[in-house]
Amino acid sequence: MGVEGIGQSVVRKEDKRFITGKGKYTDDIKLQGLTQAHFVRSPHAHARIKSIDTSAAKAMPGVVAVLTGSELVGDKIGNLICGWMVHSKDGSPMKMGAFPAMANETVRWVGQAVAVVIAETKNLARDAAEAVVVDYEELQAVVDVREAVKPGAPQLHPEAANNTIYQWSIGDQSATDAAIAGAAHVVTMDIMNNRLVPNPMEPRSAVAQYDSADDHLTLWTTSQNPHVARLLLSAFYNIAPENKLRVIAPDVGGGFGAKIYVYPEEIVCLWAARKIDRPVKWTADRSEAFLTDAHGRDHVSKAELAFDADHKIIGLRVHTYANFGAYMSLFSSSVPTYLYATLLSGQYNIPNIYCEVDGVYTNTVPVDAYRGAGRPEAAFLIERLMETAARQFGMSPADLRRKNFITQFPHQTPVIMTYDTGDFNASLDAAMKAIDYAGFPARKAASAAKGKLRGIGISCYIEACGIAPSKAVGSLGAGVGLWESAEVRVNPVGTVEVLTGSHSHGQGHETTFAQLISTRLGVGIDTVQIIHGDTDKVQFGMGTYGSRSGAVGMSAILKAVEKVEAKARKIAAHLMEAAEGDIVIEGGEVKVAGTDKKMPWALVALAAYTGHNLPDGMEPGLKEGAFYDPTNFTFPAGSYIAEVEIDPDTGKTTVCNFTAADDFGNLMNPMIVEGQVHGGIAQGIGQALLEGTVYTGDGQLLTASYMDYAMPRADDLPSFDIHHTCTPCPGNPLGIKGCGEAGAIGSPPAIINAITDALGHNHIEMPATPDRVWHAIHSRMAAE
Amino acid sequence: MEMTGEYRISAPRAQVWAALNDPEVLKISIPGCETLDMTSDTEMTAKVVAKIGPVKATFTGKVKLENINAPESYTIAGEGQGGVAGFAKGGADVHLADDNGVTVLTYTARAQIGGKLAQLGSRLIDSTAKMMADQFFAKFSAVVTERALIEAGGPMAAEPQSVADASSAASSGAPVQTAPRATASAASGASAAPISVGSGLPGWVIPLVTLVVGVIIGKYLL
Repeated sequence: MGVEGIGQSVVRKEDKRFITGKGKYTDDIKLQGLTQAHFVRSPHAHARIKSIDTSAAKAMPGVVAVLTGSELVGDKIGNLICGWMVHSKDGSPMKMGAFPAMANETVRWVGQAVAVVIAETKNLARDAAEAVVVDYEELQAVVDVREAVKPGAPQLHPEAANNTIYQWSIGDQSATDAAIAGAAHVVTMDIMNNRLVPNPMEPRSAVAQYDSADDHLTLWTTSQNPHVARLLLSAFYNIAPENKLRVIAPDVGGGFGAKIYVYPEEIVCLWAARKIDRPVKWTADRSEAFLTDAHGRDHVSKAELAFDADHKIIGLRVHTYANFGAYMSLFSSSVPTYLYATLLSGQYNIPNIYCEVDGVYTNTVPVDAYRGAGRPEAAFLIERLMETAARQFGMSPADLRRKNFITQFPHQTPVIMTYDTGDFNASLDAAMKAIDYAGFPARKAASAAKGKLRGIGISCYIEACGIAPSKAVGSLGAGVGLWESAEVRVNPVGTVEVLTGSHSHGQGHETTFAQLISTRLGVGIDTVQIIHGDTDKVQFGMGTYGSRSGAVGMSAILKAVEKVEAKARKIAAHLMEAAEGDIVIEGGEVKVAGTDKKMPWALVALAAYTGHNLPDGMEPGLKEGAFYDPTNFTFPAGSYIAEVEIDPDTGKTTVCNFTAADDFGNLMNPMIVEGQVHGGIAQGIGQALLEGTVYTGDGQLLTASYMDYAMPRADDLPSFDIHHTCTPCPGNPLGIKGCGEAGAIGSPPAIINAITDALGHNHIEMPATPDRVWHAIHSRMAAE
Repeated sequence: MEMTGEYRISAPRAQVWAALNDPEVLKISIPGCETLDMTSDTEMTAKVVAKIGPVKATFTGKVKLENINAPESYTIAGEGQGGVAGFAKGGADVHLADDNGVTVLTYTARAQIGGKLAQLGSRLIDSTAKMMADQFFAKFSAVVTERALIEAGGPMAAEPQSVADASSAASSGAPVQTAPRATASAASGASAAPISVGSGLPGWVIPLVTLVVGVIIGKYLL
């Protein structure tokens, strides 16, 4: 048992089916009479639809139906909503433009669905889609937030003057202004955070089935949170009441945030399945994924960090323009506000912070949470400022950070968050030791001898995970609570089923959740089944995002298993004629402490179900449920150090060394945690060096395939050096902080700080492609 | 994307101008052109069947003629719709100059692409569109020269040459390609096709070709 419990690097149970091709994904679902949907999408970034002629398409072979947005309206299918209400600083609510599942009057981004063709096969649907004639009247488009807010810019939604969704602010403006006005030093920077395309390995997919006898719908879909999907489909999109709608998220191949949302395609498949009374499948091709999966980041900020004469931070003032794309996606409003500006204090004691955020519509793909969601933007901003300040002061970047680190906990920042615990010096020490920071000058000299430029960059990130407590997020405008649920069912033979509201799409829950049960009940992980992702099987739950499944999801399981243990102890005490307080459960046995009396766990379970000999008044069975609502966010933090070498002739950056020292609190499975960190760093290096989303001025997405959008590959990455420090999280019973997003949050500033260190040129935008680096080198040389 | 080109056509300017405005000549010159119909004095539509590899598809385009200054110049604006493949549109300034009985045709064309064409084909389209534009002009020159020869009733060498440079109008240093000599299609015959205004193919062919290329790229890649 010892190798299967908490803290052990147990090999992932689920990998057998994934690596042998036995995973069962949405696109694998085969149903009798299945039809295939293909969407007709706008080639224009902004246009009025004058007419849609579907007659030729309807006449084509194998076509079952061709449906358009006007029919959606006719059937009273609701518009897509943003579920987090954010108010402007003047108190007015955010300006949400109508977002129909298929456009019927105006298209606002290249790729927006205008019609759907449903046919016997995928190819017939695709062929018929070419015969749908849409007559557009083109309108002027705008893709850049700075252009979109100018007077005279093309207007996307009548609700939002100057394309502005909200002008939000947080913090004390007058105190911050005063601090900056009286500062000894102010570091000012313009900082861009580049737009990213999420690119989970499995494209989005939906299969909808209608049972006309029961008037019941079933949706299989690539969702990170099937219960939330069902709630939205029922309560807002008018698809079916919850008791007539089952949502199943089977194996899902990666999400990174992009699969949190209910998209137009799922709504249309469900609606169409009922309309034609046949099952309907849609699976995105990679081009559709580029054009329809919610993009991430895309901030333009101006930031000022003020110091006193002793280089202590006294104020931070930020103004950010956040690009929302053409419509407000489900949680889009919260990402550049409560998930971003609340983390601007970083790891530092900053007495005054004021941040304004303008949310702006543009004719681009809608933007929402993507691995990190707001926190990478905050970490990039504050860590670029700190590194730049250290250079301006001629100080070691590590020393400037240490001088300003928060060392007393709990710590109340000026921007809502109360950091519960941490040891920022410990993680910085660990990272600097691991990368041999002191030995860097010698390595730089060795690179210089080869004609290469070497640089080193630090990033000390903090983030907020768990996305809870419900009461707190409710007061900030969230439309849902952010607790989690669990049910632990012990079978009569002692095996265990855990039903969790969390959803695994790569995280390894089937292993880690089983490890928790194994530790508590002393049973092998092979006797534990983790069940998730099906609204008919699992009680309502909130799903997986925001690195919450460990801290929140597993805490719910722990609560449920504690209830199971309590009942099992009562049963065992009764059977062994011992005091309940003396019963211990360990190693697959239930024992009376201090005696040799014991019985196998399985017999306690059996006794619960036979009901032959239970304490008076006890209900039979051994099954308990729990809901866990956390008491605070969790605050994973750490120090990342990147070392790069640049070829000045080509501008190519090679990441030579990358060290991470993370404090995730207690670790459930160090191997899985390390895997999460590896993946996160790879995505962060992708953002820093490779991934650029390029629109033409008229809204055409040029980087819409892997020919033009560079994803990180193994040979772009070094072998990561991963370390952990630990201050257990006091906010949940397992002491877990969450590890899913940290890598993507902490790594971009480390890379850019290293590149700018190597170049001696502080301004370079992400992605730092060879072209940009080369130009930075040559503009510096020209300046000299 | 901007493309420029220069062609020397061994025929009098008036004759080249007439041919440029002759749907029959243009139809012959565009590979795969099935129909070319006037919808007004300055507008027309065309249907082109293109086949590259295993992919065969039909494309439609519209064109409009502006700034007509016969027989010297006009500006044309063309647009092609490729359904799910997106769209291509463009404009071109076409100029004819007389050089001792030989006509020098120059054009500057601009093309804009959208939808799948832009997403997948933007970096492949320039070179292919240029190649196909060259094919068009080679054919056009051959047809016009052949007609001039027939009308003159005597032997006259056809010298179709093209200088096309996709990157810049300053193409004086660009290599001169000799377009393949094409034999005139039998369909051209000696019949005097009606002269009509409004068929600015040299510029219009580029968006259409762009569209064809894009659709094919789209079909292969998806």
